[in-house]
Amino acid sequence: MIKAELKSFSNISAEKVKDSILNRYPAKVARKRGKQIIINRVENGDQVPEILANSRTIPGILTMRGCAYAGCKGVVLGPTRDILQITHGPIGCGFYSWLTRRNQTRPETLSDANYMTYALSTDLQEDEIIFGGEKKLKKAIEEAIALFNPKAIGIFSTCPVGLIGDDVHAVAREMEEKYPEVNIFGFSCEGYKGVSQSAGHHVANNKVFTDVVGQLEMRKEGKYIVNILGEYNIGGDAFEIERIMELCGFTLHSTFSGNSVYEEFASAHNADLNVVMCHRSINYMAEMMEKKYGIPWFKVNFVGAEATAKSLRKMAVYFGDAELIERVESVIAAEMENVLKVQGEIRPRCEGKKAMLFVGGSRAHHYQELFTEIGMETLSAGYEFAHRDDYEGRKVIPGIVVDADTRNIEELTVTPDEKRYNPRKKNDEMQKLESAGFTFNDYNGMMTEMKDNSLIIDDLNHYETEILIEKYKPDIFCAGIKEKYVVQKGGIPMKQLHSYDYSGPYAGFIGAVNFYREIDRMVNTKIFSLVKAPWQESPELTGSYVWNK
Amino acid sequence: MNKIDFSGTKSFTSTRNACALCAPLGATLAFRGIENCIPLVHGSQGCSTYIRRYIISHFREPVDIASSNFSEESAVFGGSENLKTALDNVIRQYHPSMVGVASTCLSETIGDDVPMALREYSASGRGDGVPVVQVSTPSYRGTHAEGFRGAVRSAVESIAKGGTSDGSINFFPPIISPEDLRHLKDILKDFGINGTVLPDYSESMDGGAWENYYKLPAGGTPVKAILNMGRASASIDIGLCVTAPLSAGRFLSEKFGHVFYSTGLPLGIEACDAFFRILSELSGNPVPEKYLKERGRLADAYIDAHKYLAGKRAVVYGEPDLATGIAQFIEETGVKTVLCATGSRGMSAGFSSSLPQIDGVKCALADDADFTTMLELCRDLKPDMVIGSSKGFYLSKNLGIPLIRAGFPVHDRFGGQRLMHFGYQGTQQFFDRIVNAVMEYNQNSNSIGYSYI
Ligand code: SF4
Ligand code: SF4
Repeated sequence: MIKAELKSFSNISAEKVKDSILNRYPAKVARKRGKQIIINRVENGDQVPEILANSRTIPGILTMRGCAYAGCKGVVLGPTRDILQITHGPIGCGFYSWLTRRNQTRPETLSDANYMTYALSTDLQEDEIIFGGEKKLKKAIEEAIALFNPKAIGIFSTCPVGLIGDDVHAVAREMEEKYPEVNIFGFSCEGYKGVSQSAGHHVANNKVFTDVVGQLEMRKEGKYIVNILGEYNIGGDAFEIERIMELCGFTLHSTFSGNSVYEEFASAHNADLNVVMCHRSINYMAEMMEKKYGIPWFKVNFVGAEATAKSLRKMAVYFGDAELIERVESVIAAEMENVLKVQGEIRPRCEGKKAMLFVGGSRAHHYQELFTEIGMETLSAGYEFAHRDDYEGRKVIPGIVVDADTRNIEELTVTPDEKRYNPRKKNDEMQKLESAGFTFNDYNGMMTEMKDNSLIIDDLNHYETEILIEKYKPDIFCAGIKEKYVVQKGGIPMKQLHSYDYSGPYAGFIGAVNFYREIDRMVNTKIFSLVKAPWQESPELTGSYVWNK
Repeated sequence: MNKIDFSGTKSFTSTRNACALCAPLGATLAFRGIENCIPLVHGSQGCSTYIRRYIISHFREPVDIASSNFSEESAVFGGSENLKTALDNVIRQYHPSMVGVASTCLSETIGDDVPMALREYSASGRGDGVPVVQVSTPSYRGTHAEGFRGAVRSAVESIAKGGTSDGSINFFPPIISPEDLRHLKDILKDFGINGTVLPDYSESMDGGAWENYYKLPAGGTPVKAILNMGRASASIDIGLCVTAPLSAGRFLSEKFGHVFYSTGLPLGIEACDAFFRILSELSGNPVPEKYLKERGRLADAYIDAHKYLAGKRAVVYGEPDLATGIAQFIEETGVKTVLCATGSRGMSAGFSSSLPQIDGVKCALADDADFTTMLELCRDLKPDMVIGSSKGFYLSKNLGIPLIRAGFPVHDRFGGQRLMHFGYQGTQQFFDRIVNAVMEYNQNSNSIGYSYI
């Protein structure tokens, strides 16, 4: 195991760690990384230093990031079970995104459509790369219709598609004319677009907004109708949230996109509130739905018991119904009983331990809540594909420089729908809420909630991971599977926060309890002490067995 | 011989649940089997990220793969500058003994000239003299199986040098597990053979917990050993499906004038006999007693388990060398291969010809070998078991029959990197897994619940 250079956090200087990362880079790389590695300092409540984010990874640096295709097909659309997805491209891209994110879904009956276990690909061959793949794509769509008769088909473009000039949108239109009962749409999510998965989120949001949302007039029964945006049901998180929603009396109209079906998306414009979980991947949708249909949105967080309670309260206050507010309180009270009991049992064993989180575009922030609840501290955190607003808060959006990589992602101009625009709250109601401290369209970012001197790192790479664990020697490190084994070789327990190491749920109240227990097991394990054989620890043991004496 | 070849009769255009991974994945795996070598995937970062993720899910080890991180501009105007920057950065950070560059569909589609970029790179004095080996791996032309062989071939083509014979022997295995590789090296040692195995990811992809930190996991064929491969007295391709342009052994033997052997994956008694005979011939030593005993135990096990397996029908799939190897092996045990499939395209000729002795086996090749097509074929074939990677899970689940996991990727069971498919010993383990799967199935599908089965 690696020896920590400095034993405890309190005497580790973030500056020193930053220096030791940067001084091994050539000047140009160091300059850029210097802007992406920031020592946190919060002033006046929400002023934090600027960080460079959503910027292209330097070639040859082993990034955690994936591509736009992964963000579009894998992240946003992947969790939907009945939009049939066809990858247009060579075989690898489709194969690698085949159920890898492990989203869960629960069709109502066995005969309900669920295409998640399928990976359809046009599997382009050399001929098509040379002469074009549109014909093959059309054929694939026709086959898919014959085979599954789906309500909707999404076509996902991979890198070569953009280069050989295939027009997936034209193919979609043509096929939709031929099969008007199927909604067919294409995504220009070629992997080279943008700088990470994030570009793909945006592409996905745009297309789902223009081609799916608003297609169906259906409103679920209930008084308090909400959509949850940016919850992808990893490890069953969405199931837990659904459970809580029902207990509280909210009607969950649709979830974008965990455990979701096409018709819920298509009619989502009929809900009265959008709450946003993962700000990064879905804020576009929230904004556009507000502009077009008048549905307000605000940020929630169902990761962490306290955060869950806070989010539920906010939702109840939004609707403003005393009965609802009371019901939400009683649900929270009932659920917190067990949460607090487990917290009490686990906290003494975890108190003071240190965590690091490098994941996603929201999880590195959300999961700090859970660690805090069991007395653990976050030394350093960062996102894989976030933008400045996810770090510093939405207030910085107007000042974000739009570079070439961002410019190639379409920004839709949205205007109010002539017939269906319906502001859910009148101006004076909104004002009343706001003057009572209620915030809409809000996200304050991760840095504003982190301690001074914690190290914030955007787009952490393999090499920096090594330095971080060497210098800080945290008690637990959270990231994805690509980082898992290198961290564990370094003697540090590693928790996957993309796939949850195939467990979960970690959202909501039940999820919080699951997480506390999991972390307790990990940070208090004896396994790492077995790595060295006793005679390696103290060489004098060799040959000193009883019979040798 | 009554072999039914399905190629060309494909009824579906789209590939539904593919039975092959993409070419650069195979290449990077091979490069990870060279000591202190870092693979670099030339294309958008998505490919390398997906590939890393996938390899890791099987091996549960750190996997460093760099990327040249194409942007939209490089996708349009060419990525050679990105490649050079990427080389600068990986060489500076990792001090590798070699960089293995694998192209992608993207760089190949735009026609990026990698050899030229590399020539320019070294001519300009960059790269600290670290050897850079490149292999062309567009996935629209080949799968991970071809990418793997291609990378090995490229490595010897650009590194191996001749010289006075050192009496060593070169071995070029197909994709097998780290445990298999360790076993192969033990066998060579027991024969007293000075062998070079390429690639050798037995340690780099299945290493111990670390006491010290390593930039790149230890282990692998040293670059120096590859350099010396031209001085060997023989080269052996393991796996009969390798085509001439992909064969490292053939290349070396032709260029340096030494003996060349091509032998099947030593899986099953006959294939092992053939392999051990070659080793005995080349080393001049008899097969060590230890292996004769292993062989004896294996034959004995075949006999003992015959009552469970005889007449059973199996679906087998995987890379060409593995799938044909398995089919040959289970044929010996009384299990009939009713469908043998590979998603590979480049090595399908060898695939078909490696199955001549088995009557009535259906071959599904390339496009036809996706899991959905296989499932459709299985409705008539009525197999009793499925043998191959984790990707056959839905096939086995749909058919309600056991899946015996083998090959790559195995990510829904623990220890994929230690599954054996090599030698008498590997066959024994594999055989036990098959028999136990059948016994478990019999036991579970029996209403009384016998504990003797
Ligand atoms: S583009 Fe080609 S190389 Fe990249 S993941 Fe897709 S199939 Fe593999
Ligand atoms: S080819 Fe493009 S779309 Fe496919 S995995 Fe690579 S980067 Fe992503």
